Amino acid sequence: MTGRLAANARVVAALGTRSVRQTLRRPQLLAPLILFPTALLAIQTAGAGRAVDLPGFPPVDNFLSFMLAGSIVQSVMFTGNSGAIAFAIDIEMGFTDRLFAAPISRYAVVLGRLAATATLGAMIAVYFIVLGLIFGAEIKEGLPAAIWIVVLTSTSALAFGSIGAAIALRTNSASVVQGIFPLVFVILFLSDAFFPANLMLDPAAWIAQYNPLSFIVNGIREPVIDGWHLTTQLKAIASVIGIGAFGLLLCEGALRGRVRRGV
Amino acid sequence: MSWRADVATVRALVRRALNEIFRVPGAAIPGILAPTIFFLGLTSVFGSLTLLPGFTTSSYQSFLIPISMLQGAGFTGAATGVNLARDIEQGWFDRLLAAPAPRPVLLAGLVLSASLRSLLPATFLLAVGLAIGVHWPGLLGLLIALFLVMGMAVVAATWGTSLAFRFRTQSAAPLMQIGMLLAILTTTAYAPQHLLTGWLQTVAKYNPVTQVVEAARQGFVGSVSWSDTWPGLLTLFGLAAILGFFALRGMRRMTID
Repeated sequence: MTGRLAANARVVAALGTRSVRQTLRRPQLLAPLILFPTALLAIQTAGAGRAVDLPGFPPVDNFLSFMLAGSIVQSVMFTGNSGAIAFAIDIEMGFTDRLFAAPISRYAVVLGRLAATATLGAMIAVYFIVLGLIFGAEIKEGLPAAIWIVVLTSTSALAFGSIGAAIALRTNSASVVQGIFPLVFVILFLSDAFFPANLMLDPAAWIAQYNPLSFIVNGIREPVIDGWHLTTQLKAIASVIGIGAFGLLLCEGALRGRVRRGV
Repeated sequence: MSWRADVATVRALVRRALNEIFRVPGAAIPGILAPTIFFLGLTSVFGSLTLLPGFTTSSYQSFLIPISMLQGAGFTGAATGVNLARDIEQGWFDRLLAAPAPRPVLLAGLVLSASLRSLLPATFLLAVGLAIGVHWPGLLGLLIALFLVMGMAVVAATWGTSLAFRFRTQSAAPLMQIGMLLAILTTTAYAPQHLLTGWLQTVAKYNPVTQVVEAARQGFVGSVSWSDTWPGLLTLFGLAAILGFFALRGMRRMTID
């Protein structure tokens, strides 16, 4: 039992390393995860920076401190989507079939891909924290908050990636997975990733109050601009667990479906 | 060759590009969907910015609609570059170069098709915008906005084709798209010039596309005037001339290679 677990852990580590290297070696895969959210962060911070003067805007040192969490989550969602596209390409090209034919757990194959997404999520969090600190953001709760942001971002990436992986497993098509990319923006705009929900317009403002993504964003944002609040962090953790559990259940269903169909 | 033959060549190339809308309707969807999602999303998110003292209108959707229309034109123009890169990869464009048609005529066919195609996302966005409360810009304001959108598509198409001739691969697509996105967003896209902060205030001041944005926006947020229109028109002609020169140079180099 322990031996099988160790073997599966090795498979997860090997496949995870392969996927991380695959992303880092291809600038066209890495660029959308980093360049686009960075450009939007720079433009929106300078373009809507005066928003901090609006009545009802939470007290912040600057708009960059507020926006940082939104950009991290945006980048993480892109990472989940991009990981799912790479997984779908592996399925299209028959690489995953060869892995499924090997004497290893099918779940380990999926977890390997998700481990890579989680690792990239952690790297993204570090990148945005450093970027924010260079350009004038301040993390109120210091180093513990920075570490917490990396953990929350990494687990969020895994959770979002699991939904993408399930779609890849079910459809076997990279273009279908790519097709859900605009949905990422819809979910982002319907959360308070870029602006406080109380200052957004309805119906987006109403949806943002209940969008699990808002809870994750606030879990990252509060230690940066305000301080620790147990309720906020519990909501963030519950959201990550909920999205992750939903995604993994979908993956499990998709894997069972493949076995039934003999794929 | 006579000018009639040139016109026939341009018409054939435009028709070929427009055929794609009917034969591959899915290909046109991203160019319509992306600016629409951005328009609706940004309106919902940043709509309260109009409460800032000095904001030029109380309707953020009216302020934002020209940006989204120009974005749609930018995506459409960039798509022309991507399609050209595909034609180069597949060898179809080599056959076109072997034809006895002048190079500027070939380029005209490509960019004119982009300008016509840009009316598709612009019309869709306008319909969505008017449905959610965008101010009616008046007939003159609307005609100016649509003309500028078509002009922006020409600029984007010359940018896209220059890159397609330079790289000769569809992998250059992100460069074509992100270039146009940055050109449009580093203007007074989110707020009026005096409400921008930091580096963007300076960049927007000197970014020539700001003139195009302001000219397209005037009817939606106020009244139309010639003094707000001509800088935008001049900018578009200038950008199209410069980028058109690079596109033609790329095409000539391809002929030599």
